[in-house]
Amino acid sequence: MAKITMTVNGRQVSGSCDDRTLLVHFIRENLGLTGTHVGCDTTQCGACVVHMDGQSVKSCSILAVQAAGSSITTIEGLAANGELHPVQAAFKAHHGLQCGFCTPGMVMTAVDIIRRHGSGLDEATVRAELEGNICRCTGYHNIVQAVLAAAAGMGGARQAAE
Amino acid sequence: MYETNYHRASSVEEAVKLMGAAAEGKYLSGGMTLIPTMKQRLAAPTDLVDLRHIAEMKGIAVDGRSVRIGAATTHEEVAASAALAAVCPALCGLASRIGDPHVRHMGTIGGSIANNDPAADYPAAMLALDATIVTDRREIKAGDFFTGLFETAIENGEIVTAVRFEAPARAAYQKFANPASRYAMAGVFVARRDDGAVRVAVTGAGADGVFRHPGLEAALAANWSPDAVANVTIDASALLSDLHASAAYRANLVKVLAKRAVAAA
Amino acid sequence: MGVEGIGAPVARKEDRRFLTGKGRYTDDMSVPGMKYAVFVRSPHAHATIRSIDAAAAKAMPGVIDVLDGQQLLADGIGNLICGWMIHSKDGSPMRMGVWRPLADKTVRYVGDAVAIVVADSVAEARDAAEAVVVDYEPLPVVTDPVKALEAGQPQIHPEAPNNQIFDWELGDAAAVDRAIAAAAHVTELKIVNNRLSPNAMEPRATLGVYDAGDDHYTCYTTSQNPHVARLVMSAFYNVAPENKLRVIAPDVGGGFGSKIYIYPEELVCLWASKRTGVPVKWTADRTEAFLTDAHGRDHVSTVKMAFDASNRITALKVDTIANLGAYMSLFSSCVPTYLYATLLSGQYDIPAIHANVRTVYTNTAPVDAYRGAGRPEATYLLERTIETAARELGLSPAELRRINFIRSFPHQTPVIMNYDAGDYEASLSAAMAAADWDGFATRQAEAARRGMKRGIGMSCYIEACGLAPSAAVGSLGAGVGLWESAEVRVNAVGTIEVMTGSHSHGQGHETTFAQVVADRLGVPIDSVNIVHGDTDKVQMGMGTYGSRSGAVGLSAVVKALDKVEAKAKKIAAHLMEADESDIVIEDGALKVAGTDRSVPWSQVALSAYTAHNLPAGMEPGLKEGAFYDPSNFTFPAGCHVCEVEVDPETGQTKVVQFVAADDFGNIINPMIVEGQVHGGLAQGIGQALLEGVHYDPESGQLLTASYMDYAMPRADDLPSFKVSTTNTPCPGNPLGIKGCGEAGAIGSPPALINAITDAIGNNELTMPATPEKVWAAAHAGH
Repeated sequence: MAKITMTVNGRQVSGSCDDRTLLVHFIRENLGLTGTHVGCDTTQCGACVVHMDGQSVKSCSILAVQAAGSSITTIEGLAANGELHPVQAAFKAHHGLQCGFCTPGMVMTAVDIIRRHGSGLDEATVRAELEGNICRCTGYHNIVQAVLAAAAGMGGARQAAE
Repeated sequence: MYETNYHRASSVEEAVKLMGAAAEGKYLSGGMTLIPTMKQRLAAPTDLVDLRHIAEMKGIAVDGRSVRIGAATTHEEVAASAALAAVCPALCGLASRIGDPHVRHMGTIGGSIANNDPAADYPAAMLALDATIVTDRREIKAGDFFTGLFETAIENGEIVTAVRFEAPARAAYQKFANPASRYAMAGVFVARRDDGAVRVAVTGAGADGVFRHPGLEAALAANWSPDAVANVTIDASALLSDLHASAAYRANLVKVLAKRAVAAA
Repeated sequence: MGVEGIGAPVARKEDRRFLTGKGRYTDDMSVPGMKYAVFVRSPHAHATIRSIDAAAAKAMPGVIDVLDGQQLLADGIGNLICGWMIHSKDGSPMRMGVWRPLADKTVRYVGDAVAIVVADSVAEARDAAEAVVVDYEPLPVVTDPVKALEAGQPQIHPEAPNNQIFDWELGDAAAVDRAIAAAAHVTELKIVNNRLSPNAMEPRATLGVYDAGDDHYTCYTTSQNPHVARLVMSAFYNVAPENKLRVIAPDVGGGFGSKIYIYPEELVCLWASKRTGVPVKWTADRTEAFLTDAHGRDHVSTVKMAFDASNRITALKVDTIANLGAYMSLFSSCVPTYLYATLLSGQYDIPAIHANVRTVYTNTAPVDAYRGAGRPEATYLLERTIETAARELGLSPAELRRINFIRSFPHQTPVIMNYDAGDYEASLSAAMAAADWDGFATRQAEAARRGMKRGIGMSCYIEACGLAPSAAVGSLGAGVGLWESAEVRVNAVGTIEVMTGSHSHGQGHETTFAQVVADRLGVPIDSVNIVHGDTDKVQMGMGTYGSRSGAVGLSAVVKALDKVEAKAKKIAAHLMEADESDIVIEDGALKVAGTDRSVPWSQVALSAYTAHNLPAGMEPGLKEGAFYDPSNFTFPAGCHVCEVEVDPETGQTKVVQFVAADDFGNIINPMIVEGQVHGGLAQGIGQALLEGVHYDPESGQLLTASYMDYAMPRADDLPSFKVSTTNTPCPGNPLGIKGCGEAGAIGSPPALINAITDAIGNNELTMPATPEKVWAAAHAGH
């Protein structure tokens, strides 16, 4: 049994878990943050994507003890003050979700894609960057539209602020 | 996953010491293969020694055409390295297509080569670049390092700490991904030195893991052009046949990818 | 339409919770004292169980109990059943073998559940499951449906000699044979429809809670139809009578058919909760999903299509063997029969059709409905055949189809269905225009200069949706009626709850159903809540599958709304001392037509509940329920055009353009409809290009048991889609809706295979068209 401390969605949290406990289960069960999902066993579907120290990672393939001391952002930590994050808003506006199960991972991935590529994203890049996220409902069409729209909007907002 | 004991090392020395104290320990780097394998209960190490926090194992150093990459450097860091791209963009391109972005944020070059998955990308690069694998106790030429499916020359407790190579004049990697796993169904890395020496390494296709192809090397040494590949015979009998592709199809892919790699180099 | 009414592309009400991580799926549920289950599953495809020894497992840390099939049998839990009776052509009933929720004597496929371990944690339950010692005596295995029918093969169920479940036919065999004999041309093909795994991204899960104080059960489960689950678990599996069993299907992460059925796990967890005295939760991992979720398709067919000298189809003869796996799943028997052979007329006027269908047991997972269910199989067979015929006859694909289109409605086919409305020329023309069919040759020549082989293909599909008229399906063997129920409850402040028996697991009912209410009553959709998925909250229901929620579920809502409106008008007329027939409902108020007199909707609602001033004899309250039983199926139809580029050196196929022009009748929310089409197309393209379940024929081991080996469509496998609609309203239901959930998966596979075979110049190609297959076919064709 390990005692671990990490920062989750800006708050320092501590908990005990087996060394074999996966980060996703620590988040879901110890912290009660059930927005992060498990959709496969082979590190492929991306329903479990969270950010660790600012980068997207698959929380189903990281032990909670590995993440000790790091800063984690989950889907629950994205919207600030009740306002949807621009990526969340774009998914809603473009109908980029249906059953919602892959959605938290998709949104966290999209935020990371935009962080790395900025507003200069094109469709082919978005599709390639979504390799680690599987959706069975949308055919990806509207997810791609949402990511492109969010990237354009966020880029525009950044430029306006500069 | 079976029960295990996690240890975090802050230096190579500490890691070796921790491993020495473990019954059946394993080093854990990015964990992108080891953790899924443990989840499926196909591996059951009593102890895990985490190498991700060892500063001396991280980073990319380029000195002229000499390249040194710390074993704990992630695929994303390799893909994004401007210094590396200046001398060996083929390796950046290869790293940018390993797994997916999330895997690239965690997975490391040292973990990849130490695991020596027969469909992994890095082993082909190491072999074709004639890289040297640096461990805590010795240096091993890539040609001696990869010894079979998931097997390497690494001994118990030994840690891959870095890889070194001289950047070639021309190089490129072409991968044909398995549509399900996205691992290489076949991948070919070609490298040509200033003196005209050529090395061609093939991953994903070999029944016994990554291998060099003497026929392709000879043909390309004689004539560095995509056309030179046309008359080379790829012997399918040593290639992998599985649910996804026959050996004959893989032989065809090796040839096509070699041709395209030369064109891209 | 208003900004929120029928026809408006309203952003979904449910999205906020999904986007912020607040969705509540079954695995998110937690109740006090809850423990975790892991199932011990057969590693053999066929074996006799000699003994089960759980002593060591029971002694392991955290283990509460290990229960097996003998205990389940002793407690009187019933067998799993197929709810649709099919008779063979000789009149004998289908031969259904025994399916025990926990196998007690024989296991029949890899993954067959043998025992349940309940423990403090999933990890401890899994540790203990590995320690349960099951002594198996392996038996010979058969996985191939054609081989399973041959003499001397392993016998899977004693009830089904030669593994045949039924040998069924539809249509006039003699007329078909006469027409084939007299034909100017006959096209013959062998068609294989590949076996698929549904792969909803949320794995199946269940939480069984037995309350000893009330002798009451609650089942949280990943279901598309919680009421059907309750009915079946009560009436057939003896878990508990309906009044003592509450089934809750909360947010469900996709279904695609796979979550229609009642699987062993939900009833075993309920039973285990009573046996152990603790709530028991089980969540499948992905490999369990591959092993045990009902698979789809898996047909092997031969087809003959006969033409007269003017290229009109005179007859169609189909012989199909359908693999139903190791057990008959809940609706497995109707999929390759009444959902398949009845659609074999397609969009064409075919005077004579005969289909013979044999269903077979094999040592594989059960097979049941998967998105489209029978209709993709019919469409693939028909559209591959007519495409082949066009090539043989030297006609363009469009021309041969046009010659044979049904052009007047209603149209009675020779295979039961009576098409009520459609315009097949319209969707064909729209699709060809959107695809710039005429410009293809230029694009093909440009591709050839890059060394790529470019091809184009089309498919014209029809489906029968809006399942289904109860009396009609009853006469065909269905064990249930296929109506839907709704209740519209107006609160005293005027806000509205709609209780529906439809279940949303991605379809957006919380938005589209609210749009209909908003449209009718002129209230904002924010004041309308859609309640579904809980047998304690919703009166009754048949659930969501077969594109039935719009055509049937919403029709029930409309019927209930009719009653609510009628009563509200009476109250309003009374309040305003006007004639009831002069009252109209507009913009959230009840008005006297042609005057400025009106009362707000909220005031009528309040009056209904204060009951201080109601018409004489009127009951207080404003809440009405309705059951809607459709009078016919609905018939969505359309045309898909696919354009591909094949790399001849590798056989890699890239879908460079995909066009869908569909006729869905009237549309409530075009944005959601487009999303349904996109998703269906991805699944259809997945079937044609990537996906296939493979068992090892010797051992019966599932070779495609994870995403490492089962190729799921990803974003970079697909293009952006060009979708449009050419709608003819459905005359059979009040909103004129046909349904859109399955069309994409039905129409797309043949369009894609027609395009690839066009590109490579070789018609011999099976799905999935993997790079190796296409490479081999491209080189064989030259």
